[in-house]
Amino acid sequence: MSSRRRVAVLKGGRSLERSVSLRSGAQVQDALTGLGHEVVAIDVGDTFVPDMLEKGAEVAFVALHGREGEDGTVQGLLEALSIPYTGSGQAACMRATDKLLAKLLMREAGIPTPPFHALREDAIKELGAGAALERIHEDIGLPLVVKPARGGSALGVKFASDAQELPKAMVGAFSYDRTVLLERYVRGRDLAVSVLEGAGGAGEGSGPLALPVVEAVPREEEFYDYESRYEIGMTTFVCPAELPEETTARAQELAVRVYELLGCHGLARVDLMLERGTEKLWVLETNVVPGMTETSLLPQAADAAGISFEELVERILASAWSR
Amino acid sequence: MGKPTRTGPEGRGTRPAAHELARYEALFATRTKGMKSSAMREMMALTERPDVISLAGGLPDTSTFPPERFAKLMSAVAAESTARALQYGPTEGMRVTVDAIVEVMAAEGTLVDPESVIVTTGGQQVIDLVCKTLIDPGDVIVAEAPTYPGAVPTFSAYQADVEQIDVDEEGMPIDELERTLDRLASEGRRPKFIYTIPNFQNPAGVTMSLPRRRRLVEVARERELLVLEDNPYGLLRYEGEALPTLYSLDAESLGRAGATDLVIYLGTFSKILSPGVRLGWAVAPRPVLEKLNLGKQGADLCSSPVTQMFVAAYFGERARDGRPAWEEYVESLRELYSHRKDVMLESLQEHFGDSARWTTPRGGLFVWATLDERIDTTDLLPLALKSDGVAFVPGRAAYMDGRRGSSSMRLNFAGVSEQDIREGIRRIGRGVRDQLGLLGSLTGSHPLPAPPQQAPQQAGGSDEPQQPLADVVKLPRREDSPQARRRGEK
Repeated sequence: MSSRRRVAVLKGGRSLERSVSLRSGAQVQDALTGLGHEVVAIDVGDTFVPDMLEKGAEVAFVALHGREGEDGTVQGLLEALSIPYTGSGQAACMRATDKLLAKLLMREAGIPTPPFHALREDAIKELGAGAALERIHEDIGLPLVVKPARGGSALGVKFASDAQELPKAMVGAFSYDRTVLLERYVRGRDLAVSVLEGAGGAGEGSGPLALPVVEAVPREEEFYDYESRYEIGMTTFVCPAELPEETTARAQELAVRVYELLGCHGLARVDLMLERGTEKLWVLETNVVPGMTETSLLPQAADAAGISFEELVERILASAWSR
Repeated sequence: MGKPTRTGPEGRGTRPAAHELARYEALFATRTKGMKSSAMREMMALTERPDVISLAGGLPDTSTFPPERFAKLMSAVAAESTARALQYGPTEGMRVTVDAIVEVMAAEGTLVDPESVIVTTGGQQVIDLVCKTLIDPGDVIVAEAPTYPGAVPTFSAYQADVEQIDVDEEGMPIDELERTLDRLASEGRRPKFIYTIPNFQNPAGVTMSLPRRRRLVEVARERELLVLEDNPYGLLRYEGEALPTLYSLDAESLGRAGATDLVIYLGTFSKILSPGVRLGWAVAPRPVLEKLNLGKQGADLCSSPVTQMFVAAYFGERARDGRPAWEEYVESLRELYSHRKDVMLESLQEHFGDSARWTTPRGGLFVWATLDERIDTTDLLPLALKSDGVAFVPGRAAYMDGRRGSSSMRLNFAGVSEQDIREGIRRIGRGVRDQLGLLGSLTGSHPLPAPPQQAPQQAGGSDEPQQPLADVVKLPRREDSPQARRRGEK
């Protein structure tokens, strides 16, 4: 394929997603080695910057999930070091990872995202923002999903079916971030659209392309909380999702719009809900460093589009120079 | 974040692709559906970071074992028994190890027939083998609530239907047990066994009182039920008189010392010597023992002869006064842990104060603390880890449904230095106060005061137990309906 490069694969880190990131990184390393590149594995920690300086990599492949890998921190450092890196730049990372900012931008741009309000911890402590809760749930309607504005763990996401459950759910969510979103709960089907740049086959610069839609189907209709609903084995995946052509097209179009709105680069995964009854599509969030294990959603969608894992990795690597 | 697992630890790497799933789905045994990977487990992996003060482990303090003594024992095994130590051993265990087991049990006043003993790879293997032997999918196990978090995945893997009975200061209430058994009987169901940790229970730290022990053995006899008595901490008693094991009570009631027909006893060297030797044991009625042996053959043929011989050599050592040397080491552990326990209780009083209640164990490794019911310790943990570098086990890990126990936490005092205990509790206390403050602001009121609690015993003042039987302050009795409980445990 392309010329041999010395690639630093950034993985691990200290977030709750450390072990998954290590697996993503290992898969990427194998693929890069298979493609003939020279690989330097970097477990991102206290000595990240000295490591990068010492190893002399030409390019960084970001397989680091969790806060530091996705919120622009690592991207900003790589820019300071003048080392090209894969995926979205600092600004897009900040916009996508901050769910409040992403939702505000989507609302402004007319992209459907479930109605929401956000509360900050200091506003509750210093401005008496707790008194707004009643208005908020009256405005959005119950049940509500309470989620930390940033952070990638399922543990902070709470479901509140009545007003009494709200304070507890919020205190739980505040454990993960200083800002908490209260969002209307959308009942329906759970979809993910991965977007890949240069996937059109013409190589770099052929623009973002939506891959086939993946649907996550919970085994049991009724669920008690998010943790158990999304426990492994509780959900199966269908790709391409069985949807009317028109719905697939709408989901893909929305995903690309969100990708462009946030200024993503290289790759991203956009999560949506297809609301039961109304058949309306809602965009929930965008992930700028999606999982890269063989069985993660992006590789799976790529596979359905006829793109092998190695090919996928090569395309993502190419995104480092097409910024 | 609408779809947590897409971004959460579960989602990224472990959501198999559709075609992958389809390929494996047909291959997986039905029981694997009960094996859950949880976000909590991912989180627990982070507690092992060196910069974290972890009160989460179930660890004894192995740093107190003299290195030269370890070296001497291992060299003796290597020099004197090379061929035996490097060879397979009998499935039931080596006779020299069984002799050590008989000696340890005698030290707790329990006489056993060496022929009734099987050496296992840690006490954990006993739980696995007992389930393997007794549990068909859907069979009922009665356990305590909370129960040993390490038994939860084992029970799940065998697809047991677990009924958990809330413990109080005297351990499992037997009247409650009888009501549960009656209800089960009315549904035509009968538990395969009752799982209990009578001494310094993990995680609650409570100890079953003597009257309850007697009554439990009677109930087991009346209803012909097996009891799995898990006793890893019995010798780590820091105050009060040792209570007889269920095994010895059952044997006594039969009028024959050294053999029971209803109690399966689980012991381990993990807490009195080393978890690293991976050696535990079961003492069981002969027919059960035979099945455990068959199960073990399939699992690992035999436990490591190298560590079995090390254990035998260790228990063969005599101190200058002729006493078994191992008793001195256990005594030194008791002194160390007892002091650490006092430090923890003191720190809890200082930093948790009225915002929580906690058990006051008289032995073992753990304190169980319960906060305001609106605080979920599963959420508090990542916050404590991230901002304070301190860890504990969230209470939900001790419940089969993973939901109850949400405002409790298990704290280990044995494997942590005094300084780290103080600092760790101070940091958790600060996090708890923050969350309570936030709750107060959100509800427009001050947080509900915690229920009144008995003052924990002060350090150094633990010579006189205040109550002869109650080892702990009152634990909450949850009023969940049996239906709700069953629903949760499906």
